[in-house]
Order: sequence, then structure tokens, then C-alpha cells
Amino acid sequence: MSGKKPCIPAESEDLLHGNRRDFLKKTSFLTAMALTPGTVVKAAEEQWDEKIAGVFEKVSLHIDVNGVKHTLSVEPRVTLLDLLREQLKLTGTKKGCDRGQCGACTVHVNGVRVNSCLSLAVTNEGKKITTIEGLANGNELHPMQEAFIEHDGFQCGYCTSGQIMSAVACINEGHAGSEAEIREYMSGNICRCGAYPNIVNAIQAVKQGGQS
Amino acid sequence: MNQFQYVRPAQVPGATKAITNGANTQFLAGGTNLIDLMKMGVVAPEKLVDINNLPLKKIEGNAGGISIGALASNTEVAEHPLIKANYPLLALAINAGASPQLRNMATVGGNLMQRTRCPYFFDTAMPCNKRMPGSGCGALEGYNRMHALFGASDKCIAVNPSDMNVALTALDATVHVSGVKGKRAIKISDFHRLPGQHPELDNTLQKGELITSVDLPASPFNKNVHYLKVRDRTSYAFALVSAAVALNIENNTIQGARLAMGGVAHKPWRLTETEAFLKGKPVSLDVFKQAAQIAMQGAKAYEHNKFKLTLAPNTLLQALKTASGLKA
Ligand SMILES: Cc1cc2nc3c(=O)[nH]c(=O)nc-3n(C[C@H](O)[C@H](O)[C@H](O)COP(=O)(O)OP(=O)(O)OC[C@H]3O[C@@H](n4cnc5c(N)ncnc54)[C@H](O)[C@@H]3O)c2cc1C
Repeated sequence: MSGKKPCIPAESEDLLHGNRRDFLKKTSFLTAMALTPGTVVKAAEEQWDEKIAGVFEKVSLHIDVNGVKHTLSVEPRVTLLDLLREQLKLTGTKKGCDRGQCGACTVHVNGVRVNSCLSLAVTNEGKKITTIEGLANGNELHPMQEAFIEHDGFQCGYCTSGQIMSAVACINEGHAGSEAEIREYMSGNICRCGAYPNIVNAIQAVKQGGQS
Repeated sequence: MNQFQYVRPAQVPGATKAITNGANTQFLAGGTNLIDLMKMGVVAPEKLVDINNLPLKKIEGNAGGISIGALASNTEVAEHPLIKANYPLLALAINAGASPQLRNMATVGGNLMQRTRCPYFFDTAMPCNKRMPGSGCGALEGYNRMHALFGASDKCIAVNPSDMNVALTALDATVHVSGVKGKRAIKISDFHRLPGQHPELDNTLQKGELITSVDLPASPFNKNVHYLKVRDRTSYAFALVSAAVALNIENNTIQGARLAMGGVAHKPWRLTETEAFLKGKPVSLDVFKQAAQIAMQGAKAYEHNKFKLTLAPNTLLQALKTASGLKA
């Protein structure tokens, strides 16, 4: 955010000593007066907003990633993908196209697979995120990870975390009934090496093993 | 991505007020279209009103029909037992769109509002009357392979990219909206608009109005339905052409038909004349071939989308055959 600070007038320094929520509202109030008069000011007055952040402000975020609870402060424009990779240093989740077209950034939010590149981090308040780093049980790989190794489900590996996260969801959703169904429900994950047949085999193996 | 103000109201009035006050303000639902457009610099809102906390997620049966909350995800709709049982056409169309991950994020309201995928709209170095009114239409004389056959203007030949919208149009949906001036209901056929002289307007939603639900009337079209989507790859691509077909067949006679096509116009293209033609006709290949020709009346192609003049009627014909169970 180019090093800019919320523009708080000198005489209002005491605003910084209020509680966080108040601080957010009041600074929004001031930022808003400077930038778009009226809007946020009114919002704060009428108290119908649960969360208000001005243009230069960060928003507090409570998020559980792979079982670890975090209280963070993020800019509204930061995506979940960038939060995971840049702020939490969980680089297992990959950035491919950054536009929802390749699936490399697939993670689970409250157990549901999503493209983390198109999700603003702040919209995940209170949610549970699972990334590829959270699949294994200690040193014991998840059956889907084992199956990808066993069936050669990758070459360069760049799409693999997204493929595995999607594959686990594909079985959980009940969409791994046949090769055709697996292919359809894995179509949101692109692999330029063309490991598709082996990925399908890995998923079928886990499905038949009865675990995911 | 540009910086923006962020507000997260908990109730509908808060959301509509927040949007009405700002000059360049947008609602944020699943984000799968808006965040993409913001990254590309196609849109740069100064403020986002995150509507994900609003109580608009319910899908519930009502007097004969169903009401789908604007924040229900595309997956939740397609997997809902009432939708699968009574509106299978809608489930088919939704599942033909995007990817499982995107459908988990995408909402019904956002899908209704999604912008065109015209490459000139997405490329900020190119002219586009939809993105920048008055700058011209790059597609008109440019690479217009994905573009419209019906209802275009000299200002814009883009198409509505949604699959869900095609089924909602065939099924006579009603879009319920709420704004600071009150609530109103918009028939789906009046919701999306043709480009005319104002392609910057995709639909008839007024500034500040929030979609709260999409309602479907009771429907006899729960058996003989099909959604056929033709695209450049088998899955995970936008439609070149699609056809939504719902037939009510009794004793081999078509009692009623609901038809719409996607990928051919600035709005989901309802085929009312073809529907009228089919009513009372027997299920037969000959009838379906005539229907497909009627559907194409008034079609106009551009340099690179002439193939659609053949593809569109063939797609409709095939969808009619599959929906009716006609062999051959
Ligand atoms: C790679 C890719 C492939 C895709 N393929 C397909 C496809 O094949 N077929 C298809 O149909 N779609 C496809 N999509 C598009 C996808 O379906 C849409 O992006 C999605 O439906 C938008 O919903 P959303 O909730 O994410 O909307 P958002 O991105 O949150 O919002 C989109 C617009 O709707 C407005 N909005 C949202 N909710 C409301 C509301 N309740 N009231 C008023 N305005 C509102 C927002 O302000 C914004 O302008 C694809 C998308 C991607 C990224």
C-alpha cells in the first residue's frame, strides 16, 4: 500500500487510543471526509455497518488456517491467495493465472473448494481454510497425496497442490463416480504437462480405497 | 488492484444505502467476476459493499414455485433437491458453467449481473463502448468470433456469457430487487437489455438496487428438458452457442415449449415465436427442423462468427431431440 498512513489530523491523535473497532470507525470517518464526503460518515453515524474501512485502512481478520488461528490486519484488496503466500508464508498454494482460470490456487474454505485468487481475504472472516500444507497428518501423507505419487499424477508439479485440493473435494462432493464424472469435476484444474490420465487414476484409486 | 473503501453491512437497508451514497460503488458477492475485472483494470470501484453477510442465502419452495436467495451459491442451487426435482433445466445449465470451484463461490445475483467476456471489453487498450462509452466498438470490425447474431447494434455486438441466465429465461424467472426507494419485481425478459445506443447498461437494474431473490413459478417442465452448450473444449469454457429446451409432452404432442439460446445476443435470447410454432405439434424430426429454422429468423453474422449461423440451429435441433427423447 505504498507506505501511506491513514490521514489523521494532528489534533485527533487521541483517536488512536480508542479500542480497535472505534478506531476503525473513527478513522474511516475522517478518511471518508477527505475522500468521499458523506458516505462512510453516515455509515458510522447510523451504525448499520458491521465493518467499515476507509481507502487506506487495514481491516482486522480472524481466520483459521490449517487449524491455526490467526488474528491479522489486511488491506481489503489482498486476495486470500496473497494472504496465504505473502503474509502467512504458506507457499504450497500456487499462483498460476491469478484469474480463476487454472485452479492452481485451489484451497478449501469451510470444507468447500474455491479459487483463492478471486476471493478477497477479508471476506473470509471467521472461516476455516485448508491448504495443501494442512492435508497431511504429521509425517503421514494424505491418501490423495500418496496416490498422486503412486500414480505419477504430476510432472513439473506446479498445478499439483491445486489438483490435490480439488481431487479431495471431488470425492467428498460425491463427484468421482466414473472417469467421465471425475474429468468433468476436475476440469477447473489445468495441467500443462498433461498428467490428466494419471490424475484420474489417482482419484479412482483413493475412491476405491474408500478414503479421501 | 486499486485501493477502495470496504463496508460489510449486515442487513439489506444498510447495503442499499451504502451503495446509493457512493459515486463509484459496487456490491461484492462471490467476487469471481468483479475481482477479476478489478485486477484487469476494467473497473475500479472506489468502494465495495460486501453483501456476503446479508440474510439472502435461502432456497425455499413457495406457493407452487421456488424462491432462490441472491446469495445462494451456484452449487447450492444446482444441488438443491427441489431444483433437481422441479427445475432440472436450471441445474443442467448451472453445471455447464465455469468450474466446481467457481460455482462454489459464484452467487445467483452475481451470475445474473456478470459482464460480457468480449475480449475488447477486457482489454483496456482497445476501444469498447461498454467499458468506455463513446470509444467505439473494437469487435464490430475486429475479431468477433464469440459475438452476437441477434439484437446487436452498431455500438456493441457483445453477448451475455451466462449459462444460468439462459435457463432462468426459459423458465420465466422473476428477479426481486430492493433499493432505497423500495422493492420491485422484474421479469427476467425485462432484466437484461439489448445494447442499442447504451451498451454500458447490461440490464435495467437502477443504481443502488440490490437483487434479493430470483423466483421461479410452478413449472410443468420437469421431465423433457435439456441444456446443450457448445464450446471450444468439452468443459470449463464459455459457450459459443447454447440452447435451453423445456418441453411439456403428452401423448407425443407438445403441449408447451420454453426455449432460449445463449451466446447469441446481449441478453439471453428467448425464442417465443418458435415456442408458439411448437405448441400442439407432434414430436417429430421434421417439426424440430422447422423450429430450428424459425429460431434463426433475423440472425445477422459478422466476419468471424458466420459459423454460428449453422451451429446455432443445429444446437437447438439437437437439444430438442435430446429433451424429447427422439431417436434419429
Ligand atoms: C474462468 C472463469 C470461467 C467462467 N465460466 C463460466 C461459464 O462457462 N458460464 C457461466 O455462466 N459463467 C462462467 N463464469 C462466470 C461466473 O459464473 C460469474 O463470475 C459468477 O456467476 C459471478 O457471480 P459472483 O457472485 O462471483 O459475482 P461478483 O463477482 O461478486 O459480482 C459480479 C457483479 O454482480 C454484482 N452483484 C453481485 N451480487 C449482486 C446482487 N445481489 N445485486 C446486485 N448486484 C450484484 C456485483 O456488483 C458485480 O458487478 C466464469 C468465470 C470465470 C472466472
